[in-house]
Amino acid sequence: MIELRSPQALVDYRQGIRAAADPLQRRIRVCDGTGCRALGSRKVLARLQETLREAGLAEGIEVAPTGCPGFCELGPLITIDPEKIAYNRVSVDDVPAIVAKTIAQGEIIDGLLFVDPVTGQTIIHDHELPFYTKQIRRVLELNGEIDPTRIEDYVAYDGYAALSKSLWQMTPEQVIEEVKQSGLRGRGGAGFPTGMKWQFCRQSPSDVKYVICNADEGDPGAFMDRSILEGNPHSVVEGMIIGAYAMGATQGYVYIRNEYPLAVQNLKIALKLAREHGLLGKDILGSGFDLDIEIRVGSGAFVCGEETALMASIEGKIGEPRPRPPYPAQSGLWGKPTNINNVKTWANIPLIVRNGSDWFASVGTEKSKGTMIFSLVGKIRNTGLVEVPMGISLGELIYDVGGGIPGGKEFKAAQIGGPSGGCIPKEHLDVSVDYESLKALGAIMGSGGLVVTDEDTCMVDLARYFLEFTQEESCGKCVPCRVGTRAMLETLERICAGQGREGDIEYLIELGQEVKRSSLCALGGTAPNPVLTTIRYFRDEYEAHIYDKKCPAKVCKGLITYKVVAALCTGCMICARNCPVNAIAGEKGQPHVINPEVCTRCGICQSLCNFDAIVAD
Amino acid sequence: MDFEPSELAETIGRNGTGDSLISVLEEIQARYRYLPQEAMILVSERMGVPLSQVYSVATFYNAFSLVPRGKHTICVCTGTACHVRGAVQVLDRLKSGLGVGPGGTTRDRQFTLETVNCLGCCALGPVVVLDDEYEGQMTTRKVDKLLKHAMHQVGGER
Repeated sequence: MIELRSPQALVDYRQGIRAAADPLQRRIRVCDGTGCRALGSRKVLARLQETLREAGLAEGIEVAPTGCPGFCELGPLITIDPEKIAYNRVSVDDVPAIVAKTIAQGEIIDGLLFVDPVTGQTIIHDHELPFYTKQIRRVLELNGEIDPTRIEDYVAYDGYAALSKSLWQMTPEQVIEEVKQSGLRGRGGAGFPTGMKWQFCRQSPSDVKYVICNADEGDPGAFMDRSILEGNPHSVVEGMIIGAYAMGATQGYVYIRNEYPLAVQNLKIALKLAREHGLLGKDILGSGFDLDIEIRVGSGAFVCGEETALMASIEGKIGEPRPRPPYPAQSGLWGKPTNINNVKTWANIPLIVRNGSDWFASVGTEKSKGTMIFSLVGKIRNTGLVEVPMGISLGELIYDVGGGIPGGKEFKAAQIGGPSGGCIPKEHLDVSVDYESLKALGAIMGSGGLVVTDEDTCMVDLARYFLEFTQEESCGKCVPCRVGTRAMLETLERICAGQGREGDIEYLIELGQEVKRSSLCALGGTAPNPVLTTIRYFRDEYEAHIYDKKCPAKVCKGLITYKVVAALCTGCMICARNCPVNAIAGEKGQPHVINPEVCTRCGICQSLCNFDAIVAD
Repeated sequence: MDFEPSELAETIGRNGTGDSLISVLEEIQARYRYLPQEAMILVSERMGVPLSQVYSVATFYNAFSLVPRGKHTICVCTGTACHVRGAVQVLDRLKSGLGVGPGGTTRDRQFTLETVNCLGCCALGPVVVLDDEYEGQMTTRKVDKLLKHAMHQVGGER
């Protein structure tokens, strides 16, 4: 184990790693992110090792688990170096052929390559996939390249160079100035200028200060922070140490969701390795600066993503927010000056220090600099993680990067910012994705969750879904959020059940605005956004529910009936056998009939029918 | 597993006092799969934290359960991506298959049905997790298969 106690020691260490690396090394990179793991990548990895051993090829061929490169839709993903051949949807059964053909003979297997759905062309190398060519990958650059459990991999790619530069060549004030100049804004959602926040904390006099990384990524449909911590945890650790130096903090915490076991594990390894190498703990890189970082695992409360609630939770209390001011920069964790930033914000810091603020600000818009990471999910072809320049149009993001809507369906709206955000309909597909433009449309940038909906999504149901979520997660401390969101949810449930009344829409708008205005924290302050934006852009759907008693997308159970199309029904009896309430009758070989009086509209019959003979009306 | 007071002393000792109440409760939860009442009383006494505060923390966070849970956990992701891809039907099917609602445990204490807000593997939605095994692109039909398999395995363990 090498303890690095000077900038030169780090440089020597890096050169040693690079010198030992062979650029022509045969290496198989296997995505080991949660998404690919769920698709069976661990089994593929194990089988690869086993097959290589059996073939007598194990010597000299590295099989490396890496973080998530982002293209989750095509998982499990593997990349074969040095050619960078990208194979996707690899199953255990493909492994023998990969070893026998590609590894042993350098032959490419066409069936495992990506086929461009537009041109029909097969693409061999991962960097040529249209999914990646439209992105600007900075924070995500090393995800998929490095083994997150090896500090050598990170160091080889200039890891910790920014830390060394900060500690030895820059004063804390200069670091803050660089961050301010870059124009970096908080990537957690609110978009507050990071450098300014750091300066407030720096200027608060105190013997003890804290830095916190907010990794309580609670928005459903968002997994940016998880993927960074899983795939490149050292980038976050390095950013936090630089920030702590700039602000004069001596203790750091990473507050992370308990639903992310792999991220916790990889972060733990990273912290241990950084400590062992003299990059964390006492006398970092021989500079005399001390900092340690601890992990605190959340216990499943969405509200703990709010900074004051998060700090209460670290203190061992229930996660209830408190009014601000005082802001954490004055009085935060245990009453001491504290700075809290999101995972993505911290991960940008080493890049800014290393490459300079001008480099960082070279992409983006006037007020929103740099890149933003989104998780593209829902009714979209290329589900996954993408990093795009600020100011890209929503249409480019969804169609060029995301590949559009699958199944020939029509795009309806994009929900940006999760339960705190809003939906953006197709007439605004040309909107520039930056903090101000999204806000003007009633949505927010949020932390990067982007859920795409199509014609089969009911916007009233979607609003109900988000409100159900925030209502459930409301901590209950302040009345507007506790009671207001409940009243809104009850109204929405009534509308979805077919019992909407005249005046409901106006009531939702009035109440929503009041909840936004008077709630204690951002959870209540943003909870009505999904309702207000769906009313703003899809008022006709609300009216159809209330006045015509119809759900145009045929989602709301109270407003649909299931019917058997006699011409398509073969009388196979699958539906009748599986109906939980015995609402389906019919002889074998004869068209069946659903009794609407008994039917609970669970939709199981429709999902089981092999002949598309059951339709919702 | 029955509650063993001597193990608790060790857990508390390792975590110090006061600030680490959540960590202590997390360890107990991980060990017994719920927070036994005797454990919470002991935590309060040994850590010098009022029982009301222990109870408030135990009921505030979703990760804690005050009732015993099943040996196996079946967890349905109800995140947005899974929701728009049909998680509701998957959950309905599991509810009727197990005869319990979310948070409920089957009478034989084998299975607890749970929902989670998002697991972050949205490309696979709808997702169901049986203990540590992720099952993606779930349908009602795949739920039936999963349940059949799980119940068969449980039968084998007995």
